Amino acid sequence: MAKITIDGIAYEVDPKLTVIQAARDHGIKIPHFCWHPKLSVAGNCRMCLVEIEKMPKLAIACATQVAEGMVVKTQSERVQKARNAVMEFLLINHPLDCPICDEAGECKLQDYTYKYSIGYSRFNEDKVHKPKRIQLGPNVMLDVERCIMCSRCVRFADEIAKQPVLTFTQRGDHVVLTTFPGTQLDNPYSMNVIELCPVGALTGTDFRFKARVWEMSSTESTCTGCARGCNINIWVRNNEILRLTPRQNEEVNSAWMCDFGRLQTFKDVNSEKRLSGPLMRKEGILSSVGWDEAIAAAASELRLFKKSEIAGLGSAYASNEDNYAFQKFMKDVLGTKNVDFVRHLKEGDEDAFLLRADKTANTRGAEEVGVKPGEGGSNIDAIIQGIKNGSIKALYALEDDIAAIPEIAGVLSNLELLIVHSSIQNETTAAADIVFSSSTYAEKHGTLTNFQGRVQRIRPAVVTLEQDRALDGFAMSRWDKFASHNDRWGRPIKKDARPSWRIVSAVASAVGGKMKFNSADDVFREISEKVQAFKGLNYQKIGNTGVMSKTASRAVPVV
Amino acid sequence: MASSKKIIRKKDFSLLQRMYLPEIFRGLMTTFLQMFKPKITHQYPEVRFHPPASFRGRPVLVEEQGVERCVACGLCSRVCPALAIEVQASETDLEKERYPVKFEINMVRCIFCGFCEEVCPEEAIVMSNEYELAFSSQEEAIFGKDKLLIPAEKLKERLEFLKQNR
Ligand code: SF4
Ligand code: SF4
Ligand code: SF4
Ligand code: SF4
Repeated sequence: MAKITIDGIAYEVDPKLTVIQAARDHGIKIPHFCWHPKLSVAGNCRMCLVEIEKMPKLAIACATQVAEGMVVKTQSERVQKARNAVMEFLLINHPLDCPICDEAGECKLQDYTYKYSIGYSRFNEDKVHKPKRIQLGPNVMLDVERCIMCSRCVRFADEIAKQPVLTFTQRGDHVVLTTFPGTQLDNPYSMNVIELCPVGALTGTDFRFKARVWEMSSTESTCTGCARGCNINIWVRNNEILRLTPRQNEEVNSAWMCDFGRLQTFKDVNSEKRLSGPLMRKEGILSSVGWDEAIAAAASELRLFKKSEIAGLGSAYASNEDNYAFQKFMKDVLGTKNVDFVRHLKEGDEDAFLLRADKTANTRGAEEVGVKPGEGGSNIDAIIQGIKNGSIKALYALEDDIAAIPEIAGVLSNLELLIVHSSIQNETTAAADIVFSSSTYAEKHGTLTNFQGRVQRIRPAVVTLEQDRALDGFAMSRWDKFASHNDRWGRPIKKDARPSWRIVSAVASAVGGKMKFNSADDVFREISEKVQAFKGLNYQKIGNTGVMSKTASRAVPVV
Repeated sequence: MASSKKIIRKKDFSLLQRMYLPEIFRGLMTTFLQMFKPKITHQYPEVRFHPPASFRGRPVLVEEQGVERCVACGLCSRVCPALAIEVQASETDLEKERYPVKFEINMVRCIFCGFCEEVCPEEAIVMSNEYELAFSSQEEAIFGKDKLLIPAEKLKERLEFLKQNR
């Protein structure tokens, strides 16, 4: 341990650290643009200059290792002056783009301009103009004028995404960020450079100009794109998800997420094909019905079958709470042992970084909470076989488009009763007799267990018909807080959907079983009492970054 | 209140005051004299009031060569204390990159404070001299781009006023 002094206070720090790391560990913020804890040190922005006693010149905190007895000043007049100078230098050619820049509101350059610049410009000459609106890859746009040449994106492409296609050309104030000829920034993690970029030089093609950052609320949740379960923030305005961004979790996703998860997982929530309210087949046609009618019908239809004629398919897309309530309903209330779920493995579609071959978020959780055949019951293959030969006549399937799987699609017409939970219209709902419109992952509380065995929270960011943003404790933007009925923006579209655990409990009660759950919390409490893997856990303990379930052998750290 | 002394009534009235009638005639005289002064009442709506350039009527969007100056930055929307403005940006091929696909001011919410005009980096939203605002429903009070866009030529007075008083 090395003894160092920062701003007059003595600290003991690891001698391997640099000054900026040591300061950060003790909550002292040294301004910086190019330094990033996950990337190599470049030392080119000069913003982190600090005064170190016995050194003739100011030193950059990001590339100076701490040493025994070092005395660092981060607020002295010399340091302030140096910061002023660096800011003035950066702003000379920076365009006055803030009003049209997506980064505004979360821009390091803006923030530091308020904090560390002199507040006016002495530059009367013409600014250097550079190309704008350049498509760097399918998902990322570049505005070269706004680039401050910090090289974070270049280092990310080289070191993390392992696709070294970005580089600088030209010299001096004519430096231009570009891709090598014939290449583009199209790796599966390319969009991480958007948050990485300290300014608005890199923006997302998808999110571009959709909203100002201060108009959205953000909710901590978990990505459902694959079994990794990257930690994310869901950004919502007017009850519509506009973007997802990665949230740091060293055990799971470091500070990153993949482009697929970022772009594709929320499209279903906003989709035109969303179901709103239950559907029931009447004279061959699926028509809208009320919840009570659908629940009563499901219960009375299910009662017509023998235990062994009923099968239940849980879902690796659904939460632990949903799957637990579902298997309890199947096994304890209906008494069938034919319970399983469909795995969605895409062998070969994984990599050594974040992406997993399992394209669902909760395979492990579904297994752990008991979505598996009871003793002597049928597994998924036997269920398909059973439907084919007519021994299974009724199927209850949770949140999964099972009809998209050829083996299952072929046998569905043999069924006498198909009950489905789904948030969107798909092939399965088209084949169903009763469809319950279920909430998506962004509309309910719950937990998912990732491939490591880490139990992580999902939280509602979008309100459904039965919820209220204010009363139910959702994250609220300023717009949400002050909306009234005579504002157009105060009347967002709300889908008539309910979380699967609730629907299942209602059907179970209608069948005559005893299942009383009032909240996801309630369901989880029972899981934590009954299921070994979840012993002693609760939502508070899981918190924002999740905890390992009791059966997980060890954490598999991110590469 | 500082002037509280002045409004305390004197207990002892002067003789003239106690006589009452002279004061009545003095009042009637004032009224009578008004008849010979120039009239300032307008016969609205036949005769209309033309407010000076400093007047803050309903906020409008400045249109130049058929396009709005607005770049949909949303600053007016953010600063508006009454949350009257809703802006939805989108991309345009024009040099300004952004434009508002939707720009709505809820005139029932607007309090005519002029903050939107003050904050706008493009001088794209200004307070006009229009004050005739009557609606038969709240829905009608939400002005879209169709009602908000006004050619710059028609707003000359205000734009000139802003230039001089910046
Ligand atoms: S990068 Fe930051 S400072 Fe530059 S225009 Fe965008 S918001 Fe403004
Ligand atoms: S584009 Fe952004 S991240 Fe890349 S060098 Fe420029 S400022 Fe840095
Ligand atoms: S004048 Fe004031 S209240 Fe009216 S729209 Fe502008 S900022 Fe809002
Ligand atoms: S502040 Fe001006 S440029 Fe920005 S959205 Fe409002 S009117 Fe448009």
